[in-house]
Amino acid sequence: MGLVNHLPTRRELLVGSGALFAWSQMPRLARAEGRDPRLLVIVLRGALDGLGAVAPVGDPDWIALRGDRALVADGKTPALPLDAFFALNPAMPNLHRLYKTGKAAIVHATATPYRERSHFDGQDVLESGLTKPGMTSSGWLNRALVALESGGRVDPRGSRALGIGSVTPLVVRGSAPVMTWVPQKLLPASADTQNRLLDLYQHTDPKLATVLQARMKLASLDGAMGTGEAMSDDPTLAPPGIARVRAYFAEAAGTAARYLAKPDGPRVGAMGFVGWDTHIAEGAAAGQLYNLLGALDGAFASIETNMGEAWGETVVAVVTEFGRTARINGTQGTDHGTGTVAFLIGGALSGGRVIADWPGLKSEQLFEDRDLKPTTDLRAVLKGLLRDHLRVDEKVLADAVFPGSADVKAMGGLVG
Amino acid sequence: MSNSAKAEAVLALHRFGMGPRPGSIAAVGTDPRGALIAELDRPLVLSAATNLPTSAKAFRTVADANARRTARAKQAQQQAKKQQMASAPAMSEDQTQAPGQGSEKDAAEMAAKQAAEAVPDPGRPMYLQEAKLRTEAALAAEIGFAERLVWFWSNHFCISANKIQSMSGAYEREAIRANTLGRFVDLLLAVEGHPAMLFYLDNLESMGANSIAGINRNRGLNENIAREIMELHTLGVRTGYTQDDVISFANVMTGWTLVPPGVDPQHGGEFTFNPRLHEPGGQTVLGKRYEQEDAEQGRAVLRDLAANPATATHVATKLARHFVADEPPPALIEPMAKTFRDTEGDLKQVAITMVSSDEAWRGPPSKLKRPSEWVIGMVRATGITVVDPVRYTGGQELLGEALWRPSAPKGYPDDEASWIDGVGRRLDVANNFAERITGTADPQAIIEDVFASEIGADVKQAVGRAESRQQALALLFMSADFQRR
Repeated sequence: MGLVNHLPTRRELLVGSGALFAWSQMPRLARAEGRDPRLLVIVLRGALDGLGAVAPVGDPDWIALRGDRALVADGKTPALPLDAFFALNPAMPNLHRLYKTGKAAIVHATATPYRERSHFDGQDVLESGLTKPGMTSSGWLNRALVALESGGRVDPRGSRALGIGSVTPLVVRGSAPVMTWVPQKLLPASADTQNRLLDLYQHTDPKLATVLQARMKLASLDGAMGTGEAMSDDPTLAPPGIARVRAYFAEAAGTAARYLAKPDGPRVGAMGFVGWDTHIAEGAAAGQLYNLLGALDGAFASIETNMGEAWGETVVAVVTEFGRTARINGTQGTDHGTGTVAFLIGGALSGGRVIADWPGLKSEQLFEDRDLKPTTDLRAVLKGLLRDHLRVDEKVLADAVFPGSADVKAMGGLVG
Repeated sequence: MSNSAKAEAVLALHRFGMGPRPGSIAAVGTDPRGALIAELDRPLVLSAATNLPTSAKAFRTVADANARRTARAKQAQQQAKKQQMASAPAMSEDQTQAPGQGSEKDAAEMAAKQAAEAVPDPGRPMYLQEAKLRTEAALAAEIGFAERLVWFWSNHFCISANKIQSMSGAYEREAIRANTLGRFVDLLLAVEGHPAMLFYLDNLESMGANSIAGINRNRGLNENIAREIMELHTLGVRTGYTQDDVISFANVMTGWTLVPPGVDPQHGGEFTFNPRLHEPGGQTVLGKRYEQEDAEQGRAVLRDLAANPATATHVATKLARHFVADEPPPALIEPMAKTFRDTEGDLKQVAITMVSSDEAWRGPPSKLKRPSEWVIGMVRATGITVVDPVRYTGGQELLGEALWRPSAPKGYPDDEASWIDGVGRRLDVANNFAERITGTADPQAIIEDVFASEIGADVKQAVGRAESRQQALALLFMSADFQRR
């Protein structure tokens, strides 16, 4: 529904390119080195199953944990080998290619300091960069820009961030100005949202349940016949088939890349993709998760293409609020867990490896006997990127960007 | 506030008002009936509307634009023709380009069309501006009972902006809003004498067969307004009037028209009684003879229709159906109809009787909110007070309840069966709205602060477990707790 929020806001619609110049967009130290770095953060909302994305096929306890739902190197759809121990979900050939050429790295068994199981709170911690949830008004990426500005390392005019989507992700919100771009096509309510609503109606209002069920049945027939668009007179209201999700991911990510690639465009950006809360019928090797990871893989390709020459100076960090339970639940899904993966891609990356201090999958090795135990603080990874890629001062990172993180050492060697 | 008092306050806001907004539950307090009644004592004017044109002025503005449009089109057409004639000899020598007669005509028509389109239609911005103020009044109202009554009567006496866009908002302000808390007869007279209604129900050209204009032009009567007044606006369908009554009443209404803007630039678009269109002589309507010779004849019939007991029952039933239940209990309708009869149609008293009756509070929340109510409720819950009318009216249209654009004089229906199939579309709208506001709206805070936690445990759980704030908001707005009242 169309409304204008009356609250004052720093966000403004990005119309064409701003009157900003390339040199002013660049961290000064990076510029002295002849670099013009870009950083894009993608938040996967709903908690990605890191084990369903990157499987520890070399772990002796892996098969026992997931049974016939475990990704394996010699399965029906074989997982893509990364090294002797890990294999990538077969839905992600682009990521696999980037990894093989050293332009992607995967961090496994990682997590923010958050140890509870609420999405909202988990996302708050992930994006605010604080150790505790709460309604915070600024994100770590925005504060990193502010810090650069006050340290005189960046021309103030260059401290703009880009937010993609009608909701600017918290990670880029804050006192440094943010430009936003809203995709023309809004994604209709996801199958997951429909399922949850149906469940709610079935408990509270049978009549509404019947109506919603009929709509969902129609949508699924539609998808099977491949005529999703034709059935609706308004393309934004067509049933959300995976083709639409793929198109949306690719369009949104590609647009972000085009803005970041512009000589006079912003240098950092953030966006969110929803749909990762796979409680039921997760389908890692074929199904819901497989489809979503495939759409994400398509977004990676779209970024690489649309970045053009700037790809060589780009890092994309793909993060999620937490992981999922190590074991499959009673409905062939997974519940809220802790340790998960982060994907890092980009031409500036020094990759081709899975970074993990592997905790093991035996019951006693799991966190609370449920989740993959986090052994790498995600903040170490992000601090490493901010320090080595954007050249944010290490002390600023510890005090202002990730407050209270002095004992979390920035991970070195991520960018080449 | 105790839990049961809070629950009753929430019910008051959903059922009779525009839905809870920040602070409204506390404002309703422990006496929701008293709070609803107190709201009816406040003046129901749109103070921000003082800058908006009257319906007559709006009509004149559009008429002016149309006149300019026609003139420009004609001019462009003539010019195009002249150019073609000038270039015709040269073109006839060039065999490959010799245009046929048809394309010359097309070019002239195209030029005319383009010239006409260069004059913007002033009706749409007026419609949007009116929509904005009306919607913001609903967002700003503490409870919104009085605004809901305005909406009710606007739908009862609906016109269509598809037919008369420029006047649609001003009509509601001038005829409906000004009389919503007054007497039904005054509301009826204001509505049926309003140029927008006369235009909408085709009365401008209706003329008596024996009137001066009727004899000269060999044209006649249009029954539309007479039929709709009796069937929809007053007595109700199948209440004993006959086709003869309709014809007689239509004759009575001849001459009720508006001042043509071309004739009188000062008063164009205002109501006027044109005796040249009026069927002379007396008429018998519902067994009563009306001998008046001018607009008084119509007013007399309207006064009698307003006072007819069938009207009291019709109005009471429709009000009760709108606010309380698709099949409202007779024990609620009867006292409302009695109040209507006893007070000569004092609409404020009828509304007070409704909210004072235990019957109005007893039933479970079985009504499915109409899209307009649901959307306003959603926006109110987030504390937003300003709307973008283009998006807002677009959304309303998407949900099947385009503002001031019902497909028939019956207005939009009020029952669950008519709206429940649209719930899927509501989900798309809720999802998009949630996406838009999730940066500033916290679903938990809405549940706790706006709804005072008066929402089902299932919904709280679903909201708490949602994968994102956006999903949580969509589930909250789509819940039965939020859609039913």
